[in-house]
Amino acid sequence: MYQTTYHRASSVDEAASLFAKGTEAKFLAGGQTLLPVMKQRLASPSDVIDLGKIKELQGVELSGDVLTIKAGTTYFDIMQNADVQKAIPAIAYLTSVLGDPAVRYRGTIGGSIANNDPAADYPAALLALGATVKTNKRSISAEDFFQGLFTTALEDGEIITAVSFPVPAKAGYAKMRHPASRFALTAVFVAQTKSGEIRVAATGASQSGVMRVPAIEAALKAKWSPAAIDGVSVSASNLLADIHGTAEYRANLIKVMAQRAVTAAG
Amino acid sequence: MGVEGIGARVVRKEDKRFITGKGRYVDDIKLQGMTHAHFVRSPHAHAKVKGIDSSAALKMPGVVAVLTGQQIVDDKVGNLICGWAITSKDGSPMKMGAWPAMAPETVRFVGQAVAVVIADTKNLARDAAEAVVVDYEELPAVADVHAAIKAGAQQLHPEAPGNQVYDWVIGDEGATDAAFAKAANVVKLDVTNNRLAPNAMEPRAAIADYDAAEEHFTLYTTSQNPHVARLVLSAFYNIAPEHKLRVIAPDVGGGFGSKIFIYPEEMVALWASKKVGRPVKWTGDRTEAFLTDAHGRDHVTHAEMAFDANNKITGLKVKTYANFGAYMSLFSSSVPTYLYATLLSGQYNIPAIHAEVIGVYTNTTPVDAYRGAGRPEASYLIERLMETAARQLKVDPAALRRSNFITEFPHQTPVIMAYDVGDFNASLDAAMKAIDYAGFAARKAKAKTEGKLRGIGLSCYIEACGIAPSKAVGSLGAGVGLWESAEVRVNPVGTIEILTGSHSHGQGHETTFCQLVAERLGVPISQVSIVHGDTDKVQFGMGTYGSRSAAVGLTAILKAMEKMESKAKKIAAHALEASEGDIVIENGEFKVAGTDKAIAFPMVALAAYTAHNLPDGMEPGLKESAFYDPTNFTFPAGAYICELEVDAGTGKTSFVNFVAADDFGRLINPMIVEGQVHGGLAQGIGQALLEHAIYDANGQPVTASFMDYSMPRADDLPSFNLSHTTTLCPGNPLGIKGCGEAGAIGASAAVINAITDAIGKNNLEMPATPDRVWRTIHAA
Amino acid sequence: MSTVKLTVNGKAVSVDVEDRTLLVQLLRENLNLTGTHVGCDTSQCGACVVHMDGKAVKSCTMLAGQADGANVTTIEGIAKGDELHPMQAAFRDNHGLQCGYCTPGMIMSAIDIVHRHGGGLDEATVRRELEGNICRCTGYHNIVKAVLDAAGRMKVSQAAE
Ligand SMILES: Cc1cc2nc3c(=O)[nH]c(=O)nc-3n(C[C@H](O)[C@H](O)[C@H](O)COP(=O)(O)OP(=O)(O)OC[C@H]3O[C@@H](n4cnc5c(N)ncnc54)[C@H](O)[C@@H]3O)c2cc1C
Ligand code: FES
Ligand code: FES
Repeated sequence: MYQTTYHRASSVDEAASLFAKGTEAKFLAGGQTLLPVMKQRLASPSDVIDLGKIKELQGVELSGDVLTIKAGTTYFDIMQNADVQKAIPAIAYLTSVLGDPAVRYRGTIGGSIANNDPAADYPAALLALGATVKTNKRSISAEDFFQGLFTTALEDGEIITAVSFPVPAKAGYAKMRHPASRFALTAVFVAQTKSGEIRVAATGASQSGVMRVPAIEAALKAKWSPAAIDGVSVSASNLLADIHGTAEYRANLIKVMAQRAVTAAG
Repeated sequence: MGVEGIGARVVRKEDKRFITGKGRYVDDIKLQGMTHAHFVRSPHAHAKVKGIDSSAALKMPGVVAVLTGQQIVDDKVGNLICGWAITSKDGSPMKMGAWPAMAPETVRFVGQAVAVVIADTKNLARDAAEAVVVDYEELPAVADVHAAIKAGAQQLHPEAPGNQVYDWVIGDEGATDAAFAKAANVVKLDVTNNRLAPNAMEPRAAIADYDAAEEHFTLYTTSQNPHVARLVLSAFYNIAPEHKLRVIAPDVGGGFGSKIFIYPEEMVALWASKKVGRPVKWTGDRTEAFLTDAHGRDHVTHAEMAFDANNKITGLKVKTYANFGAYMSLFSSSVPTYLYATLLSGQYNIPAIHAEVIGVYTNTTPVDAYRGAGRPEASYLIERLMETAARQLKVDPAALRRSNFITEFPHQTPVIMAYDVGDFNASLDAAMKAIDYAGFAARKAKAKTEGKLRGIGLSCYIEACGIAPSKAVGSLGAGVGLWESAEVRVNPVGTIEILTGSHSHGQGHETTFCQLVAERLGVPISQVSIVHGDTDKVQFGMGTYGSRSAAVGLTAILKAMEKMESKAKKIAAHALEASEGDIVIENGEFKVAGTDKAIAFPMVALAAYTAHNLPDGMEPGLKESAFYDPTNFTFPAGAYICELEVDAGTGKTSFVNFVAADDFGRLINPMIVEGQVHGGLAQGIGQALLEHAIYDANGQPVTASFMDYSMPRADDLPSFNLSHTTTLCPGNPLGIKGCGEAGAIGASAAVINAITDAIGKNNLEMPATPDRVWRTIHAA
Repeated sequence: MSTVKLTVNGKAVSVDVEDRTLLVQLLRENLNLTGTHVGCDTSQCGACVVHMDGKAVKSCTMLAGQADGANVTTIEGIAKGDELHPMQAAFRDNHGLQCGYCTPGMIMSAIDIVHRHGGGLDEATVRRELEGNICRCTGYHNIVKAVLDAAGRMKVSQAAE
């Protein structure tokens, strides 16, 4: 790791002002992505601003039909949370198959979506559920927030404070794990909103990051059942291809995972 | 068997330090004034080194020195050697290019070192290494055997035209051709044996410490064979004469072959410690392990098997291309030849075999012995062929194997090996019973009704272990003898130290070797300690690999014990005023048989050292040593059967059952033997399902971290169902065959045979990743 | 440089380190607690797992500064004097280790697994929960056995307390 200066912020405002003072500062949440990257000398922030002890970034709230998860809440705390389990069990499940136990103790929802790894789990949930990302400056819809590989709508120094999810009528998640990294080789989140809209998002599959799958949404709109997806054709063009999966294989996985997610959603 | 004797499931003595965090691995050691090394490594698979500018690096904080490949060559540190000479079919010796410890002129694989930075801390060394500017002129690279042997391919070494190291043959070609000419059926198969990264969990490390006053070096290193390291460093690399070089391999965190070899980093650390006048430490990281630890396997093979009308095998033809990477590593040349082709008869009576092995250079990390070394490649090939044959000839795969099993011993195969003993039907019976082979058809049918593809796969392996009779390996080109040494030191109070040339890096020698002593003397194992891994303490030894420690190393201890006991009996007889022939050893006492006259072992030891009352002419003391050279290889064998299900939607495999029935001869500690089998099976299954070290067409490694290289994890593997059938090895007095590699040798074929059975298609390469299985299912 | 103050195995310590120092480096290099190992560069292998404020974390994936004020327990700190922790004893009794390199991380992760699941552990759960810990020697068979065995022993020893 290159030399850096570590700061611990006690509030969002303090974090923002520390960031402004650094020449090339970075926020540090769980560190489960940033630190491996720094260890491999692929990032060299002048200053690292730790958000881990900021109280206002911790916790989960369920009010009416909106579940709000603060950005600094760890995966472990999300998984365990009774409101999450009750309102959107698919999120609790997604979190339980994300990383390994030690990663889940440290990693945060804010860090995950700020990083926007094309194979990360959370972006699929946000996109499929039509979530809203709250920052210290504004609110951004999931649709606008994710902008391709490792790219988001966040501006320099902008801090994610929370994510709000409208509670759906039904939701399910199915993940084919990458055999080495355990991220998503391809995973699909399906949701039926309370107003009857069907939204399907796939992660790990596309060259441009998390994406909606309109063909499957249409099929599920016609009939909410795994079998409804049988006849759908998912194109392999623009899908990722690497040593662990060809584009055709990922296209197949989008269908198969969508079917299993529908089964899980019930 | 006593409670701690041979055959007892004794918990390991060494465990206490490991479970309490008190193990002592190389990286745990700190020396006064120690500096840290970080290597500057090539990012290119093939390039000329036009210049190295270290001026900026030298100005950075904490930097002690920047040393380059040219300097190490100028200082006459020897090039790396390959210790087994192979002769091509045209009679010419193998063709090798020079491998300097750091490249002065040309780099030939990504990760090859060109310079090293020595600094006060690890971080500062790494900071400065980035400031070393290397001017490379890139050259085209060849990344696999197909590219290497193409006409007009880029050449790696001028010494090896066509990138060919050797073209070696074994067996009788005329007899084999004749068998094929008369064959009723011929079964053909192409297989690729995937390249693997060994990935012992402890990365390699070295600390070198030069004492200028004594002109003496100490090297702490992650080695499976410290004495061999010292020999090679002295005799070939000109580091220091042997008496001026002490090599210590303390606790070593796994080896699997990869820590047999003497690597450039150790040579550089030694050389640099003298140059900078301070101890030098290097600890590799995981990326360096992927780039520089010798890889395993990487064969491309075409094979054909001839059968007569009764489904008896009449001949076998094999042609294999073996990828050696960019340089010939220490034992690499022997792996695809004498460790592979000599096992091609498998468990079967095959009258005629002919094999040709072509070794080639590529711009990749060097390849050498990795758990099993050659034998997994042979076993996988034969067992895939047998399964393919059963499918083609439409006979039950178990029945086809049985009708071709060797049943009479000793058995001379057409490829050098003389199998001494075995009972292949017994292990197959045990495995079939354990998995309820007879009930499989019903289970498969039931699974089908649930939409699952279920398959079963057999693998009947044999390996040659207990490496090895020195004269035999010498006649085949080996540069060393493969005996083992031992010393038994009895202290005046009767405690015992066993010094052994074997090295334990997980195998539990500190327990099993004590069990032999407990068995013979009836003393508790707490009274015995095992000394190993230090060339200043143990006189010489060949180390641990090739499942040799019990069959060879322990036999050496037995020989030394016999000498010690014989002297002790004389002392006891003298003290008890009995005749030596009447003395028996029981429960720690030397007794006059049939009487109650006895003297406790510690009193015998004390008598040996006080020397007040020894038989006339006897030297004081109680210490004996022995060298044991085996008379033959040992031949562990067994049958593995795997039952699994494939998810047709994703191509993912899940295990239903995995049974292993092994014949290892006598077991010293069944608990430890089982542990060895579990670990081997995991590596064999890892090769079959997950692991693959991949390079792109330009020789860039694609899998240089655990993010990309799939290591078997707990949830990838089943629990294993083990059993043993036993035929005692006649080649050594303990009847031991060895167990360290069996799992890795036998498991892969069982898995692939089961998957191909499940999906009903025979052509499937390793690793059978979900993607590959899914594509095979859906291929036209 | 910063001063990091934390409690390690029950003892308060204060160490001056570069800000880029990882928790594992502080433990191994500054405190000579070399039982915690490093097996990878990408946070995958779990050789470095320690407990921080009662949770199993990868000490290679934390800055030392993040542990300021925390209570850290390493493999050296779980036995009570000569009495092994039940998980340590179970690893020995079930031959859950060979070379011993992954073992400290395995044991620290395994204790955390038992704490979270209590008696409700089965083989499949143990295997899933161990996915962040890589072992090259044992094939996991005996590690899984050890964790299940220890889960029973830890229940008994808790009940006794
Ligand atoms: C072994 C392992 C396995 C993993 N497996 C998975 C997996 O299966 N699926 C998966 O999705 N992920 C996986 N991950 C990645 C993990 O989810 C990371 O935790 C996550 O990507 C980053 O979250 P963090 O809190 O650790 O953020 P950090 O690593 O601290 O930060 C990541 C990035 O986000 C920025 N950031 C953090 N918080 C904020 C904020 N509030 N506002 C603005 N920017 C912020 C940081 O500046 C940084 O650029 C794995 C990681 C590891 C080490
Ligand atoms: S060293 Fe921490 S996970 Fe590998
Ligand atoms: S015991 Fe060697 S890595 Fe696990």
